[in-house]
Amino acid sequence: MVVATPVTRLPRPLTGLRATGVAGMVSAAVIAIATFAAIFGPLLAPYNPNLPNLSLAWVGPVGGHLLGFDFQGRDVFSRLLAGAQSSMLGPLAVVILSMIAGALFAVIAAWRGGAADAVISSGLDILFAFPGILLAVLATAVFGAGLTAAAIALSIAYMPYVARVLRGVALRERTQPYIAALEVQGSSATVICARHLIPNMLPLIVAQGTIMFGWAMVDLAAISFLGLGVQPPQANWGVMISENQTGILQGYPLPALSAGLCIVAVVIAFNVLGERLFAQAEGAGR
Amino acid sequence: MTGPLLEVDGLTVRLEVGGAKRPVLRDVALTMRAGEALGLVGESGSGKSMTARAIDRLLPRGAEVDGTIRFGGRDVGALSGADLRRYRNQVAMIFQDPRAHVNPVRRIGDYMTEALRTNLGVPAAEASRRASDMLSQVGIDGGPRRLRQYPHELSGGMLQRVMIAAALLTEPRLLLADEPTTALDVTTQAEVMAILDELRHEYGLAMLFITHDLELAAAICDRTAVMYAGQVVEVRESGQLHDDPLHPYTAGLAAARPDITRTAGRLRAIPGRPLSAFEAPADECAFAPRCGYAVDACQAGLPEITELDGGLARCVRAPELRGKLGAPANA
Repeated sequence: MVVATPVTRLPRPLTGLRATGVAGMVSAAVIAIATFAAIFGPLLAPYNPNLPNLSLAWVGPVGGHLLGFDFQGRDVFSRLLAGAQSSMLGPLAVVILSMIAGALFAVIAAWRGGAADAVISSGLDILFAFPGILLAVLATAVFGAGLTAAAIALSIAYMPYVARVLRGVALRERTQPYIAALEVQGSSATVICARHLIPNMLPLIVAQGTIMFGWAMVDLAAISFLGLGVQPPQANWGVMISENQTGILQGYPLPALSAGLCIVAVVIAFNVLGERLFAQAEGAGR
Repeated sequence: MTGPLLEVDGLTVRLEVGGAKRPVLRDVALTMRAGEALGLVGESGSGKSMTARAIDRLLPRGAEVDGTIRFGGRDVGALSGADLRRYRNQVAMIFQDPRAHVNPVRRIGDYMTEALRTNLGVPAAEASRRASDMLSQVGIDGGPRRLRQYPHELSGGMLQRVMIAAALLTEPRLLLADEPTTALDVTTQAEVMAILDELRHEYGLAMLFITHDLELAAAICDRTAVMYAGQVVEVRESGQLHDDPLHPYTAGLAAARPDITRTAGRLRAIPGRPLSAFEAPADECAFAPRCGYAVDACQAGLPEITELDGGLARCVRAPELRGKLGAPANA
């Protein structure tokens, strides 16, 4: 007898986390620290992150200044903390927007099938052709530089990746007998999708979102590096790399490098955790 | 008396398999009165479940449907949207494998009351009360506690009873029972059948009971239809089906089941293997190659389903074989 299990069940947070192993737990810790910094960073910053003092430009770590000063003589550690907010918030917006849009398209395509599926799938294929960065550069060119335009453009660029994965999952879930049972009960498609189909896909949505957070962070940092995202003097990890890149050649690598390390650490943490969650969600489906 | 509750006429269903359209149902005709129980019997692949799915508009994507299905005089094939949902509220379905047909991550209570709350607008507290009443009617005590349990905490028989209770909650007029007891062990099977039969009478519900057990169908149904290779080959009052069948296939089915009162020597299996609907020839009797009574006339054309002695049979020799097909003793 075939016992149908829905794709997944959401693991209880703690037991689930333990199951991701040491790497998973370290990753979770890194993410927790970054999140903490994103929320309380501006309050925790020991010095004003935006107060320049040109006489201190490129000065290395001294006294209470853990990571020294940047090209304008601002405290690097304070800027890292203050920059966490925009560096984390941007990817979060991208993930949420692209997940909602992607899940919506995926479920509609899988549920309606036929022409709707064909139109949505080819639409996604067309979107695949545009690199995310290109779309974001285009959007900032039209709507002006800033985090909002870049985040919206990236959301659109990432949406097809989400939609394609979730469409496959939704198609598989759609054929489960319990969905048919709900249909013959006279439940409407909207109710079935909202109450049963999407909740049962949630673990995969979370896993996919976690991985995409990492991509979005790198891309947004790149956009900020190009000067099209977060605008100086506001602190942001991508902006910090951009501002301080000359320091790398001049023998003062710490300001740019510390921001780069923050990005790398958070991205790796999200990737590791995402992969683990994905494996778990998939494993439960089998 | 108004017309029949359900009228299926000339129902032909083709499914796309590897680019080719293959028939799974061929010219199926059934009528059911309100409150009547009709058995639908046949071997695996004969189209029993497909018939029920067609009635509930639950065919796979790409299915091609000819013929008409009328429920209370309305053409089911033309329904869509809210009308289709209202129709499905009146036609409940019970499946063979309860575990696969209940969302395992939702509580029993959510599952049972969902249709009431979302489709009929019954308040949650009232829906829970009705669900727990209905549970006690199917022999499950401690309703409120059960409603908080998850499907995996219940046994198969218990879950099947939950499914029956959930199906009856929306007060349907027709129940499609697709082998509701096949996945259960024999004692649970008897219990579930008894509950089903009792509740059906109590609620005046019509039931299409699908099974491959001829005796079981005959025991609880008013009439029984026998299917072979996607066609209905015989429809008969259940009382007469076993002792006085009209079609050689029915006789073969009846004889193939060992009799508990006798020690059987060798089981009388029907020779050959059951044909799928798409393998069956379009212009001759599908059962002829396996039939002990086949003559040349059987291959001359597809036999029409004709009325005979209060029943229907799709066999050219039915009138002449009349009375000679009774279940032979297992000597």
